[in-house]
Amino acid sequence: MEQTKNTSAPGDITVQEEKKYSYLNLGPTHPATHGIFQNVLKMDGEIIMDATPTIGYIHRAFEKLAERRPFYQITPITDRLNYCSSPINNMGWHMTAEKLFKIELPKRVQYMRIVIMELSRIADHIICNTIIGQDVGATTGFLYLFQYRERIYEIFEEICGARLTTNIGRIGGFERNFSDKAWDKIYKFLEDFPIAFKEFSSLLERNRIFMDRTINCGPISAEMALSYSFSGPNLRAAGVDYDVRAMNPYSSYEEFDFIVPVGTQGDTYDRFMVRQQEMHQSLSIIHQAIEKIKKEPADIFRADVPEFVLPPKEEVYNNMEALIYHFKNIMGETEIPKGEVYHSVEGGNGELGFYLISDGGRTPYRLHFRRPCFIFYQAYPEMIKGTMLSDAIITMSSMNVIAGELDA
Amino acid sequence: MEEVLTEDRIITVLKEKFVDDFVSTELPYGFTTATFKSENIVSIIKFLYDTEQYQYLTTLSGIHYPDLKKIAVMYQLHNLRENKRLRLKIYLAEEKPEVATLTTVFPAANWMERETYDFFGVTFTGHPNLKRILNVEDMIIFPMRKEYPLEDQTREDKNNLMFGR
Repeated sequence: MEQTKNTSAPGDITVQEEKKYSYLNLGPTHPATHGIFQNVLKMDGEIIMDATPTIGYIHRAFEKLAERRPFYQITPITDRLNYCSSPINNMGWHMTAEKLFKIELPKRVQYMRIVIMELSRIADHIICNTIIGQDVGATTGFLYLFQYRERIYEIFEEICGARLTTNIGRIGGFERNFSDKAWDKIYKFLEDFPIAFKEFSSLLERNRIFMDRTINCGPISAEMALSYSFSGPNLRAAGVDYDVRAMNPYSSYEEFDFIVPVGTQGDTYDRFMVRQQEMHQSLSIIHQAIEKIKKEPADIFRADVPEFVLPPKEEVYNNMEALIYHFKNIMGETEIPKGEVYHSVEGGNGELGFYLISDGGRTPYRLHFRRPCFIFYQAYPEMIKGTMLSDAIITMSSMNVIAGELDA
Repeated sequence: MEEVLTEDRIITVLKEKFVDDFVSTELPYGFTTATFKSENIVSIIKFLYDTEQYQYLTTLSGIHYPDLKKIAVMYQLHNLRENKRLRLKIYLAEEKPEVATLTTVFPAANWMERETYDFFGVTFTGHPNLKRILNVEDMIIFPMRKEYPLEDQTREDKNNLMFGR
């Protein structure tokens, strides 16, 4: 028998070893994920082969809670969905309820709502875009713009008394008129913000390092984005011009002149740029809304719906009608129509929908939130497969996934 | 806003094409809604996807009707070309709610169906990964069903007249 000759030199690898993947836990509490997300990544060196997201860490059963709360008590729940732009959620819920009750709002109230919604859209986009900068190592822009987010919160504080979880407005309008101080703060913001925003844009928009880092990072095609039901800036970055404000206008958006910016590649840079442009558009919408408000009578801040708004206390003590409405509100004696309503608004990160079924009881029979990031976050493993770990981090921050909304 | 029942063209098409499955149609607050039997719902949605441009799944959710002993599943589709929305509903038996998965048409249905399973216990046959999504995995109930009240029912200090539905 012939003996097999060992020709290889000592130290050479003769046997092809089986390829081994390592597993990496990204999250649940990782500082770069900005919220409680867990992803178990299957890694080949630094390349991601697969990802398994686990969600539900801050699930608070909002849909169940809403089934035992009167309509006006559901607004604070919606604050905690996308807490970066809670006024939009509040307004969305108010409009859903108003649609059910068939309440028509005065024009001035609708424009006031638009001012608030666009301010909070700017606040939302400030967070998302500056965080993208932060995650690629450009902290300066973050510090430039974050003080303007603070200024927006001061405006909210002036209007409703709260900053983050605002509970702003009531069914039928606002709880009180905007004070002169609030208007001053809005004007001052509109004056100062564009200057800082321009500085921020010049830091990042055409920055070679930033562009090299973000272009072609976590791209998604328009077909994929649509099949995963993307909405908001993420869908528009992929090149689909779907904006609820333009397609199904609410709160008189149809009277406003604005552009729906779209991207082409659907990558991190496009998502960033779409948000940048949207902030410009939001500023222009606010200016238009203020011009329109000036033409309306200055003392209207809600529709005439005493059944849904608590009257001022001095009237409750001195006026029988106000006392009746006070009791009707508190004891849930208001007549609620039966019906099935869907209303959606363009939230900070996509189409925020409210699907409401009322059986005539004082609370909804069923309330379902169509939460944009719950729906588009499921495409995340698809988007990061084959990319590096550091790309996965900025892809996630550019998608604007908010844990509160994801888990509801 | 008077509800005028002007039937959408798509309802007429669906009525003709799926005669056996069609149950009813309504227009609550101007939103075209149609109820179908559950057996062929996926082929109905596939038909809408292929020929009628309803290529965007807005949302999907369950509704529990203990009085009817039914669990409804609501699909909301959007035709982005013509900007038309359509809601389809099916009613499943409460004891064994089962329907074919929609993930074959829309990948987005994956988590929406998992959520519906998680909260209502609707089994979507053929789903690639039908596990609980928001609740803990060892939970044995389906919490959004109406038989699980939110508050402790033995409490006497809060009566339903004042605080309930």
